[in-house]
Amino acid sequence: MSRALTIGRVGPGVTLQDEGRAGYLGFGLSRGGAADRLALAEGATLLGQGRDLAVLEMAGMGGDFTAEDDMRIALTGAPMQVTLDGAALAWNASHAMPKGAVLSIGGARTGSYGYLHVGGGFDAPKRLGARGAHLAAGLGAPLEQGARLELGEDRGRGTGLTLDPGERFGGGTVRIVESFQTALFPQDEVARFTATEFRRGARGNRMGVPLEQEGAGFTLEGGRNVLSDVVVPGDIQMTGDGTPYVLLAECQTTGGYPRIGTVLPCDMPRLVQAGPGAPLRFVFVSLEEAVELERAAARHVETLDKRLSLLLRDPQRMADLLSYDLISGVSAGDTHKH
Amino acid sequence: MEQETAKPPIIRSVGVDGMLVSFADRLSEPANRAALALSAALERENWDGVEEVSSSLVSSFVRFDPLHLSHADLREKLAALVEGCEWRAAALPEGRRLWHIPTVFGTELAPQLGQAAEAAGMSEAEAVKSLSEARVRVQAIGFAPGQPYLGELPEPWDIPRQSSLTKRIPEGALAVAIRQMVLFSVSAPTGWQHVGQTAIRLFQPEADQPFLLRPGDEAQFTPVDAETLASMRSDPKGGAESEPIR
Repeated sequence: MSRALTIGRVGPGVTLQDEGRAGYLGFGLSRGGAADRLALAEGATLLGQGRDLAVLEMAGMGGDFTAEDDMRIALTGAPMQVTLDGAALAWNASHAMPKGAVLSIGGARTGSYGYLHVGGGFDAPKRLGARGAHLAAGLGAPLEQGARLELGEDRGRGTGLTLDPGERFGGGTVRIVESFQTALFPQDEVARFTATEFRRGARGNRMGVPLEQEGAGFTLEGGRNVLSDVVVPGDIQMTGDGTPYVLLAECQTTGGYPRIGTVLPCDMPRLVQAGPGAPLRFVFVSLEEAVELERAAARHVETLDKRLSLLLRDPQRMADLLSYDLISGVSAGDTHKH
Repeated sequence: MEQETAKPPIIRSVGVDGMLVSFADRLSEPANRAALALSAALERENWDGVEEVSSSLVSSFVRFDPLHLSHADLREKLAALVEGCEWRAAALPEGRRLWHIPTVFGTELAPQLGQAAEAAGMSEAEAVKSLSEARVRVQAIGFAPGQPYLGELPEPWDIPRQSSLTKRIPEGALAVAIRQMVLFSVSAPTGWQHVGQTAIRLFQPEADQPFLLRPGDEAQFTPVDAETLASMRSDPKGGAESEPIR
């Protein structure tokens, strides 16, 4: 019998995710995969395993998970309320989860997408080369109560490590490059776009998120007559009413709404993690700068293991631990006296 | 139109890791032919650093790794390839197929045949004759998995999309506007007018060949009655048959 994790109560947006399916753009299927690819890498580093393994992505809300066997877990992405058998647990860290233990993950404290990784990854069958759900394409579906998730073989060992995710869960400034359609917009509209502080809209899903603001919509003459052409994740398209909409991992592959710019892949984690209402600003960088920023981001991912540190106890648990240590220290001292 | 096709193709970046070669800014047969032929050539070239090639209605798209292949180098290679051939007159890709797809035109299965026919200035019977006799090309696959844009229809079918969307058009629906047809691979909201219904499943994730149609394939929609179509529902191809195009 393979090792497994079973799901109790669960939020509506919990899906298996991985690096997605590249290679099907010409057939109308976008890559998909984890919304926050950096979180995927962080979890893999915490557990000392490959980035290609499947994880659970939790949109805004987690669930209850029971271990059928001893396993290692890691928690990354948007920090969420979490306990293991009732005791608070550190986010952005790896932990041992013993057989029978219940991991209870609640709402996101900040950010949008939290991730639960297991040693060995989740071992669901691959469809079109990947395990991740692509909801827009009807590949896979959100997980439901009672589901039993089998685990792959865990070749790694060790827990109790932590990794600083940096500050990327509260919105902020996101870097973009010009799209091949940026020039369709009047210059003053482009200037107004970069001068505007937006809020991440409350609607939104793995296909895209709207950007809200108080001012007039962003328009261009003849915008409705643009011929449909290639769409890529990160594109900021102007819908009919002038509301900008940032396209994400499960976006369509072609589209007719004009695009004012495209978010750098290395800034997509910040963009997707901005929770509803979080402030977002956009700044253009040159293509040359963008490539150097991507190079630095790739180096950051490759050297994540150098940033691992031992997990210090949660302050919440510190009181218990201190009293425990005190007692054991006293008894140890007693032993020595005798 | 002549001026349109005489323009040189333009090469532009898409995001940080994409490059697009566009042959026109509006749809035409030569521009679509060029995009299909260049994309097939790019697949064959298989350059280091290129990760994926796809084609849209009038453009070829290359996704690449800019950390290993610079924008300048890729642009130069693309420009050289583009200049080396008259792509607008190039042969279409090898291995294309002609599909015969059983279709119920009109009835309650495709309730907008009447209004679309009227917009095209035809009777319903004339519209069915025109739409079923047209042999159309898969100009591109996009928007949803396996979903083709088909064209070009005769001039009277240059009818607009509806300004208000149909809430849900079913999978397998055949819809028309702007001298094109879309054959829906998923149920979706749309402004295109629903003139026919097929039983074809264009995207079958579990199949060896998950995508039924390929860019450059051709299709003809054969009129059948509702009873015949119902009997074809158990076939994932919905009774569609294909033959190689030579």
